[in-house]
Amino acid sequence: MLTRTLLLGAASALAMVSFANAETLTIATVNNGDMVRMQKLTDDFTKKNPDIKLEWVTLEENVLRQRVTTDIATKGGQYDIMTIGTYEVPIWAKQGWLLPLDGLAKDYNKDDLLPAIRDAVSVDGKLYASPFYGESAMVMYRKDLAEKAGVTIPEKPTWDQIAEAAKKMTDKSTETYGICLRGKAGWGENMALLTATANSFGARWFDEKWHPQFDQPEWKHALKFYVDLMKEAGPPGASSNGFNENLALFQTGKCGIWIDATVAASFVTNPKESKVADKVGYALFPTGGVENHGNWLWAWNLGVPAGTKKAEAAQKFISWATDKAYTELVASKEGWANVPPGTRTSLYANAEYQKAAPFAKITLDAMTAANTSKPTVKPVPYTGGQFVAIPEFQGIGTAVGQQFSAALAGSMSVDQALQGAQALTTREMTKGGYIK
Amino acid sequence: MATLQTRATARIMMSPAVILLFLWMIVPLVMTLYFSFLRYNLLMPGTEEYIGFLNYQYFLTDPAFFTALANTLILVGGTLLITVIGGILLALVLDQPFFGQGIVRLLVIAPFFVMPTVSALVWKNMLMHPVNGLFAWIARLFGFQPIDWFAQMPLFSIILIVAWQWLPFATLILLTALQSLDGEQKEAAEMDGAGAISRFIYLVLPHLSRAITVVILIQTIFLLSVFAEILVTTNGGPGIQTTNITYLIYMQALLQFDVGGASAGGIVAVVLANIVAFFLIRLIGKNLER
Amino acid sequence: MARATTTRSKVIFTVIGWTIGFLIFFPILWTFLTSFKSEGAAVATPPQFLFFDWTLENYREVQSRSDYFKHFTNSVVISVGSTLIGLALAIPAAWAMAFSPTKRTKDILMWMLSTKMMPAVGVLVPLYLIFRDWGLLDTRLGLVAVLTMINLPIIVWMLYTYFKEIPGEILEAARMDGASLMKEIVYVLTPMAVPGIASTMLLNIILAWNEAFWTLNLTAANAAPLTAFIASYSSPEGLFWAKLSAASTMAIAPILIMGWFSQKQLVRGLTFGAVK
Repeated sequence: MLTRTLLLGAASALAMVSFANAETLTIATVNNGDMVRMQKLTDDFTKKNPDIKLEWVTLEENVLRQRVTTDIATKGGQYDIMTIGTYEVPIWAKQGWLLPLDGLAKDYNKDDLLPAIRDAVSVDGKLYASPFYGESAMVMYRKDLAEKAGVTIPEKPTWDQIAEAAKKMTDKSTETYGICLRGKAGWGENMALLTATANSFGARWFDEKWHPQFDQPEWKHALKFYVDLMKEAGPPGASSNGFNENLALFQTGKCGIWIDATVAASFVTNPKESKVADKVGYALFPTGGVENHGNWLWAWNLGVPAGTKKAEAAQKFISWATDKAYTELVASKEGWANVPPGTRTSLYANAEYQKAAPFAKITLDAMTAANTSKPTVKPVPYTGGQFVAIPEFQGIGTAVGQQFSAALAGSMSVDQALQGAQALTTREMTKGGYIK
Repeated sequence: MATLQTRATARIMMSPAVILLFLWMIVPLVMTLYFSFLRYNLLMPGTEEYIGFLNYQYFLTDPAFFTALANTLILVGGTLLITVIGGILLALVLDQPFFGQGIVRLLVIAPFFVMPTVSALVWKNMLMHPVNGLFAWIARLFGFQPIDWFAQMPLFSIILIVAWQWLPFATLILLTALQSLDGEQKEAAEMDGAGAISRFIYLVLPHLSRAITVVILIQTIFLLSVFAEILVTTNGGPGIQTTNITYLIYMQALLQFDVGGASAGGIVAVVLANIVAFFLIRLIGKNLER
Repeated sequence: MARATTTRSKVIFTVIGWTIGFLIFFPILWTFLTSFKSEGAAVATPPQFLFFDWTLENYREVQSRSDYFKHFTNSVVISVGSTLIGLALAIPAAWAMAFSPTKRTKDILMWMLSTKMMPAVGVLVPLYLIFRDWGLLDTRLGLVAVLTMINLPIIVWMLYTYFKEIPGEILEAARMDGASLMKEIVYVLTPMAVPGIASTMLLNIILAWNEAFWTLNLTAANAAPLTAFIASYSSPEGLFWAKLSAASTMAIAPILIMGWFSQKQLVRGLTFGAVK
C-alpha cells in the first residue's frame, strides 16, 4: 500500500515532464557581460519573430565548453545554437559538426566583418559561425598612478618598460599592485597570456616536427620574466587569478597595469562598475626583443550544430544577434560604449562609437595586427595566437598551465616547471601520434 | 516451514533494488571497460581503433598519477580527521544544557545543506581571497601578512572547505550516539571519582566507536569523489598539488575529451575504490557487525 | 552549591556553544548579508557588516537573467521524485535484509555501497550515449532515474540499519496471529519504521538537491535544476560577489529552510544503526 502510494506520487511527479515545442530554439551561451545583455534584449527579436521562442542555457565558460563539446561530439542534439570560440570553430567545421551559415539575413553583410575575425571563423571561404564579439590583448594602465610614480608608458611598450613602470607603481601598504596578470591554470586563462607573452619573446610551442620547445632559452626567458615581475609587483594570490579576478582587482583600483583582453576596456571604463573609469590609459601588447605583439585573437561566435532541425530559425536569430542593427539596438538602450566590440569594420568607422569608446582605435590596431597564421617569429607547424589550434591543446595547455601556475605560486622553480611542461607535452604529443 | 517461504519472499522483495543497481553498475562498467581498450577521442571521430593496454599504460605512468593518489588519500584522511575530532568536541558541547541550544544546533547543521559548488565559491571569493577576502582583512587588522590560501596551502584549504561541509553530518550522528549514553552509567562513573578525561576515554569514546565507524564509512564514500570544490577553487593546481584521482580523470574526459584514457582511468579508480573499501570493511567492519 | 556550578557551567557552555555556532554558520550569514549589498559595498575594505545601504537590486538582476522558478521546480521534482522511487525500491529490499538475513546480506550491502565509489566523470560518455539513444537527455525523468540509482545504496543501508533495531519478537507475535506479509508490513512494521523512513527521505532529498555533476551534465534548458542556475553565476565578468551571493542564497535557501524545519525528524533516524 505504502509502496504503491509512493510509486503513484512519483509517477505523477514525472508526468510533469515538459515537451519542447517545434519552434523553440535552445541557445547555449557563456555568462559574459555582452551575452547577458543580449539575453536581456531578446524581446526585440521575439517581437519581430513571434513564432520563435528562445530558451537560454547560460553557463560559466569552462562548464559551457564541456557541455557543448560533449553534446556535439556525441550528436546529442540538445542545442540549436552554440556559443563557441575561435578555437573550436575550425576544428568542429572540419569534422562536419557545424552547418555553414548560408541562410543569414540579406543585410548581414559578411564583408563588413573584420578580416582577421572572418578568417578565424571560416573554413574554405565558408562562414561556419558568426562572431558576436572579438578581442585581442593590450595594456591597460592607471594614468594617475603612472603620473604619481613618474613613469610614462609609450604606445608600443617593451616588457622592460612595463616591468619598470609596474615596480614603481607598486605600493603594497595601500594595496596597490603594479601589475596584474593571469595566473590561474587553464589553456584559456594563464596559458592565453603566457603563450602570447612567449610569442612576444620569440618562443614557440612546437618546432616544425611537433617537438615541444619548453627546453629552449626563449621560453625560459619569458617565464622567468613573468614570475619575477609578478613576485615583485603582482598582487597576492596571483596564481588563482584569471580574467575575472583581475578585472575585479583593476576595477576596485588595486592594479596599476593590467595586460589582458581588449574587451575588458569597456568594463573598466564603465563608471557604474569601475572606481577607476576615468583614469585608464591604453597601450599595445608589449614586445620582448622581437617584433611581435603576441598575436592574441579571440572571438565568441554563434554557430549552428549540424544535428539541429531548426537551422532556419537558428540562422534568423544569429542574423539578429550579430548584425549591424544589433549594435545600434544596444547603443540606443545602453550607450555606444557597451556595444559588443571587435567584429565589424563599420563600428570602428562610426564617429559616435569612437567618441564613446576611447579604446576603440587601439582595439582595432591590436586586432588588425594579430596574425594567427604566423603566431611567432620562428617557423611553426600550427596556427593560432594565444593558443595552438589542435584538438589536444585544451588538455595539454591546461596541464602546462598548472605547471606554470605552480611556478608563480612558488611551489616549483621556473626550471622545474619548464621541465615538467616539456615532459608532459612530449608525452601527450607522442600519444596523439604527432611525434613519430 | 515459514522460513523457506519467507526466504523466497525476501528474495523477491530484494530483487528490484538489486537488479536495478546491478544494471546501473554493470552496463556503464562494461561500456567503460570496452572504451578503455580503444583509441577514442571525442574530438577526432573516425579514428577509433583497438590499442590494447595503451590507455592504461599512459594513465598509470602519468607523472601526476601517484601525486593524485596521495592527494586523494590526504584529502579523505584530513577531512575525516577534522570532522571526527571536531564532531566529537562539538557533540560534547551540544550535549550540555545551555541557553539557546536549539538555535545553535540549527546554526551548526546549516553547512550540510549548502551545495558544494556554492560553498566553494563563497569560501574562495569572499573568505579566503587574499586581497578582498574577510580572512585577509582580519589578518591585516592584527598586522599580519594575509595568507594566500590557494597558493600557500592549497590542499589544506580544500580540506578545510570540505570539512566545513561535512562537520555537521559527523556532529549530528555523534551527538545522537552521545545522547543515547546511559545517564546512570555516567553518574556511576562520576561517583567513582573518575575525572572528566578518564570518563571520556573509558566510557564515552568506546560508546561512540560505532558512530565514528559509521561517520568514517559514509564520508569516505563521498570524499573519494570530491570534485566540485577542486574545480571551482584551484583547478587541481598550483601544479598538481590539489589534483585527486577524480580530477585527473576529469582532465582526461572533459578537457582532452579522451574517452579511452578517461575510461581506463575510471576502471583504475574503481579498482582503487574497491581496495579502499576492502580495507575499510576489514578495519572497521567488525564494529558494524553484531 | 551544586546548582551554582550548574548555572555557571551553563553560562560557560552558552558562550562556547554560541561562539562555535556563529563561526560555523558565518560563511552562510556572510553570503546572505552580501546579497543585499551593492557590488561596490561587497568588496569594500573594511568589510561592512550591517551598516550599508540594503538593496534588492541583486535579486532583481538574478531574476531578470534566469527563470529561478523553473530551476526551483526542477530541483523539487528531481530530488523528491528520485527519493520517493528510491524508497519504493529500498523499503522492501531493506526489510528483507533486516528480517531474513542470509550469509550474503552483508556482502550485498557492501557491494551496493561500493557502486557509489565509481567516479562519475569516468562513465559520463557511456551514460551520455545511453541517454541520447533513449531520448532522456535534458528530461526530468532521466535525472530522476540517475539520482535514484546514485542514492539507492545509501537509502537501502540507512533503512536496513534502522529496521534491524526493530525487535523481531513483535513480528513473531504478528505472524502467530496469522497476519499476512502485507499486513505485517503495513500495520506492524511501518509505524515503527516511520521515523527511520522520514529521516532517510530527508537526507536523500538533501543529497539529490545538491548533486552537481549529473544534474549539470545531462541537462540543457528544460530539466536544469538549481545547480545549473548557480553555474551561470560562478564567474561572470567584473564584480560579482553580490550577485553571486544573491544567486547562492536563492539556491540554498529552500533546502536550508526545509532542513531546519524538519531537523528533528532528520536527526531522529539519522543513526545508521550507530546508537546502541
